[in-house]
Amino acid sequence: MIEAYLSIFIKAVFIENIAINFFLGMCTFLAISKKIQPAIGLGIAVIVVLGLAVPINNLIYNFFLKADALFPGSDLHFVGLICYIGIIAALVQILEMFLDKYLPTLYNALGVFLPLITVNCAILGGVLFSIERNLLFTESVVYGLGAGTGWALAIVALAGITERLKYADIPEGLQGLGITFITVGLMCFGFLSFGGISL
Amino acid sequence: MSKAKQVLLNPIFNDNPIALQILGICSALAVTGTLYITLIMCVALTAVVTLSNFFVSLIRNHIPTNIRIIVQISIIATLVMLVDEVLQAYDYESSKTLSVFVGLIVTNCIVMGRAEAFAMKNGPIMSAIDGFGNGLGYSIILIVIAVIREFVGAGTFYGIEIMSLTTNGGWYLANNFFLTPASSFFIIGFTIWALRQWKTDQIEEPEFKISKNSLEAKETSV
Repeated sequence: MIEAYLSIFIKAVFIENIAINFFLGMCTFLAISKKIQPAIGLGIAVIVVLGLAVPINNLIYNFFLKADALFPGSDLHFVGLICYIGIIAALVQILEMFLDKYLPTLYNALGVFLPLITVNCAILGGVLFSIERNLLFTESVVYGLGAGTGWALAIVALAGITERLKYADIPEGLQGLGITFITVGLMCFGFLSFGGISL
Repeated sequence: MSKAKQVLLNPIFNDNPIALQILGICSALAVTGTLYITLIMCVALTAVVTLSNFFVSLIRNHIPTNIRIIVQISIIATLVMLVDEVLQAYDYESSKTLSVFVGLIVTNCIVMGRAEAFAMKNGPIMSAIDGFGNGLGYSIILIVIAVIREFVGAGTFYGIEIMSLTTNGGWYLANNFFLTPASSFFIIGFTIWALRQWKTDQIEEPEFKISKNSLEAKETSV
């Protein structure tokens, strides 16, 4: 039993990393990866929001939107997108208020990243993947945390590399965005090697 | 008329959403494995960004400022759901291949970014043109990547065999690297490099200048 959950977690972190293998959350991934400190803050925020958003949306889907869930013959799956994005936005807002009141240090550390997460496609992507794969509720909790951890790992690693790159003599046209893409491409190779793991 | 033309053509090379504004990279790159799927994605995104710009601009004077994001997202999500339903009805196979990526147009930053930056300030027709132009700019980069990936990775162009593969008794050994996600990072990185060599004003200033080493310093002083 525990092995099944562990395999979902490992798979979400390494083999199907949502940043490296599915390109999700790329905009923030490329923009906030210049220094390690903010990258860690954003990574933690994504873990928390994914860990909450995926299971909650999973429940919503299973109890309201799925065919025959609400009453026999009902099928509301076509309004799915608008529900998921609304729930993510509300969740982020609630989390922000909660942290502001009870954990002000964490709130200050996360700063502006928390509201930004609403439009981060990593969150919506994680939710859509968990629904497409028909995960059970407990599985979706593990998947959400795993996907978040994978994203955080990738952004911290990229920030570490970018920080070192400022000493490198990069050709003019490749400066900034160009070299970041090529770095991510090289990181992708590293993550591809996890593809051989069979769980 | 010239302003409309400028608004339409500017995002294609001068202010490209992917290469310069760093918008909308998120959902797009994973779908560039074959040209056909990429074209569907491009049409879907261009339709959504054009229409969302038009509708957001149409009601821009009635949206209260502090809830504008949620209004914009609702408009965009509704349009994306429509596109998704149309795709599932007419091309079910492709919608399965694209899986979650059509849905992810909702959080595609091009759509949100243009609604916020252009449609909230300009008239509906102009906004629609701007949306269409940005859709084209996005499509061009995506199509370039898809053509390279499909040609080198599978020896085909739009599903038509150009180079016969060794597996079918031909001469071309397919380069499987180009079928992995890693390749699109490299291709887009080099595309940006090429674009910036051509349009040199897009080059980013380096954060740090590297000082000359002693040899170079000596040369310049002599």
